[in-house]
Amino acid sequence: MTAPTKEQVGGFLARQGIIVAFVLFMIGFSMANARFIDPDNIMGVIRSSAILGVMALGVTFVVISGNLDLSVGSMMSFSTIVVLDLHDKIGPTLAIPAMFALTLGLGAFIGFLVGYLKLNSLIVTLGMLSAIHGLTLTWSGGKNMDIADKEGTWFKVFGQGDALGIPVPILLFVLLAALLGIALAKTPFGRKVYAVGGNATAATFSGIRRARVVFICYLISAFCVATAGLIQASRSLGSQNTVGQGLELEVLAAVILGGASLLGGSGTIFKTVIGVLILGFIQNGLLLVGLQFYVQFVVTWVIIILAVWLDIAAKRGKLWSPIA
Amino acid sequence: MSDRTPALRLEGIVKTFPGVRALDGVSFDVMPGEVHALMGENGAGKSTLMKVLGGIYQPDEGRIFVGEVPAVMTSPLEAKAKGIVFIHQELSLAEELSVAENIYLGELPRKRFGLVDWARLEQQTNAILAKLRVGFDAKTRVGDLSIANQQMVEIARALTVEAKAVIFDEPTASLTDAEKVVLFDVIAGLQAQGVGIIYISHRMEEIFKITDRISVLRDGSYRGTVKTAETDEESVTQLMIGRKLDLSRNEIHHALGDVALEVRGLSCADLYTDVSFEVRRGEVLGFYGLVGAGRTEIAETLFGLRDPSAGQILLDGRDTVIRSPAAAIALGISLVPEDRKGQGLVLGMNCRDNMTLPQVDDLRAGPFVAEGAEVAIFDQYRDRLDIRTPGWKQLAGNLSGGNQQKIVIGKWLSMHPNVLIVDEPTRGIDVGSKSEIHNLIRELAAQGYAVIVISSEMPEILHVSDRIVAMYSGRIMRTFTAEEVTEDKLIQAISGLTPENVA
Repeated sequence: MTAPTKEQVGGFLARQGIIVAFVLFMIGFSMANARFIDPDNIMGVIRSSAILGVMALGVTFVVISGNLDLSVGSMMSFSTIVVLDLHDKIGPTLAIPAMFALTLGLGAFIGFLVGYLKLNSLIVTLGMLSAIHGLTLTWSGGKNMDIADKEGTWFKVFGQGDALGIPVPILLFVLLAALLGIALAKTPFGRKVYAVGGNATAATFSGIRRARVVFICYLISAFCVATAGLIQASRSLGSQNTVGQGLELEVLAAVILGGASLLGGSGTIFKTVIGVLILGFIQNGLLLVGLQFYVQFVVTWVIIILAVWLDIAAKRGKLWSPIA
Repeated sequence: MSDRTPALRLEGIVKTFPGVRALDGVSFDVMPGEVHALMGENGAGKSTLMKVLGGIYQPDEGRIFVGEVPAVMTSPLEAKAKGIVFIHQELSLAEELSVAENIYLGELPRKRFGLVDWARLEQQTNAILAKLRVGFDAKTRVGDLSIANQQMVEIARALTVEAKAVIFDEPTASLTDAEKVVLFDVIAGLQAQGVGIIYISHRMEEIFKITDRISVLRDGSYRGTVKTAETDEESVTQLMIGRKLDLSRNEIHHALGDVALEVRGLSCADLYTDVSFEVRRGEVLGFYGLVGAGRTEIAETLFGLRDPSAGQILLDGRDTVIRSPAAAIALGISLVPEDRKGQGLVLGMNCRDNMTLPQVDDLRAGPFVAEGAEVAIFDQYRDRLDIRTPGWKQLAGNLSGGNQQKIVIGKWLSMHPNVLIVDEPTRGIDVGSKSEIHNLIRELAAQGYAVIVISSEMPEILHVSDRIVAMYSGRIMRTFTAEEVTEDKLIQAISGLTPENVA
């Protein structure tokens, strides 16, 4: 076997760069701190990734359809605050469906603007990030929200309970991932999501109602956000107004890390789950080697840049090129 | 002429794209002071050759000489610096800027501190405009000029460099007769200054009026150069299409069925006006006209992409309103669009999924897509249309143009439409696939489909149509039967002569 040329190495890195980087990270962290590969730690990472993961499932639909959703962090704060507030006012049995309905309403509004009015999704969801934050503060009056009877409520099962020996947040994540994964890969709707994201004009010329497909993608995203809010609220039983702040970027990082193209038309639920886990393990590893929690904000950004670069590099088969 | 050095010389230019040999050893030269016509059907390779000359494409083989110097052009800027100048059919001017600013865009004369030297700019511009003898000055806003005068601005822009060769691409497409006279004057002026001129046009009359020699391309290869004075239209046409025009083949070999689609007085804003026609089962109705005549817009209206402002669409005799492509498909109307890659296919999706896209809701096993049924459909149309692909998993973007078009055609045939509209069926497709697609269109008619074909290629429209609708500027000028149509009548009809004059 001859030694690979520089081009071959570059091409391999361009195509498999994320995996290579991840393996190097894992080896490095394991050597720096043996606790990193401890089963308890691994379970802990998965459990703490569940909220991010559930949100990333919905955003995967939006991204494959060729759009962005930067409002999910803000919307998750809204869901959390609303369900906590309503818990004491109308009881958990009514609070949960009421919170889902309100969150889906927000998703429908975004879906209407982006799908039917054809507004740019970056602008719409960036605006909604701010608008929903304002809505949340108005709802709570700016105060933290707490459940009065934290011991007695069955509501805590979603964030703190176990079923079949598995933490419920992980169970919800896995269930939703399976359901949405099948929906995306196997149903006519999933096929249309890929078509709309791959070439919206050609999809329209094939009789696909682009607006409706985009609308439903945002509904799915909102449903996932509501589920994430439910887990968050149930885990802490009290919350600040800003609990989901910044999550939109982490979610996007996970989706891109999984290999979905920001241009739309590619990606899968399975790959997004991998992306979520990679992100979770890297953040956990950084803490274990003794870096401050705050470092992860910088690292998340670096990962986004790396992922976007490698996404483009994979398409042209080179790490760098003078022309697009 | 042979004792002088050509202004521009091409030697064995070859350019291939995946699946297509766009240029196959093209050689010709232009003498200083000569007007040299470059002719060929659409898709013969003229545009590719111009892009090679303009530094947009690099040739795979062959050399270009400007004067005696070999020239390698890697960008349009470099081509211009070497004295190769293009006057394009489409104008590329900034309408809000003045004539002077447009002419010197990117190289405005400067004073100290980088400020624009307006006085010098005006003086330089007016000097050039004086040579062209035009009726406007440097300060005129370009948006206020007529199309013809805007073209003069383009020419003026070309003259700011010392041009060795000027290439005119269909310059008279949007000019009136009076404006043409001015243009020909300008060309004669350039000729007198010793500039070599390449003149691309489909209009025989102009070619024979102003050119010295004619070079012909067909299917990407060079078919020879003749002196204009020593040839005639028929010989040039024969060189272009490689045979005598055979108009006799369009006999209707099968019985026509009922009227599948009838359009009465259809209008759409300023795109087309008062359009009426009908197409029967078993018939191919051709739409011929210049680009922008409104043909594609009519197809888009029938496919639910545009709302008509007046008129009726009758399907099988029933008055119908078509609000969306989904509605059109449900009514049995299918459209193979003109832009295969932009409108016809999702290039990043595999062949099978592209083909079954319009019916994916109907191909179901419970809540899931019935992938077995999809593969069966793909296999059926792959065999029927002879689609060459390693398998259905191949991404549509990886296929050649001809095979891509067959995927799009297969997509719509598998819907068993009542009316099949095909817009520019063979644009940018190699010759082999071209004739396969032509035969397929005839076959479909024989099987009882009502087919509408839109094309800008005259041989194609003559070849496949039972009747031909000639359009000009949004109106139907005349409808010909295959028996009565001739090339001359068709050209006259799409050039805007009145129906009475044509007949």
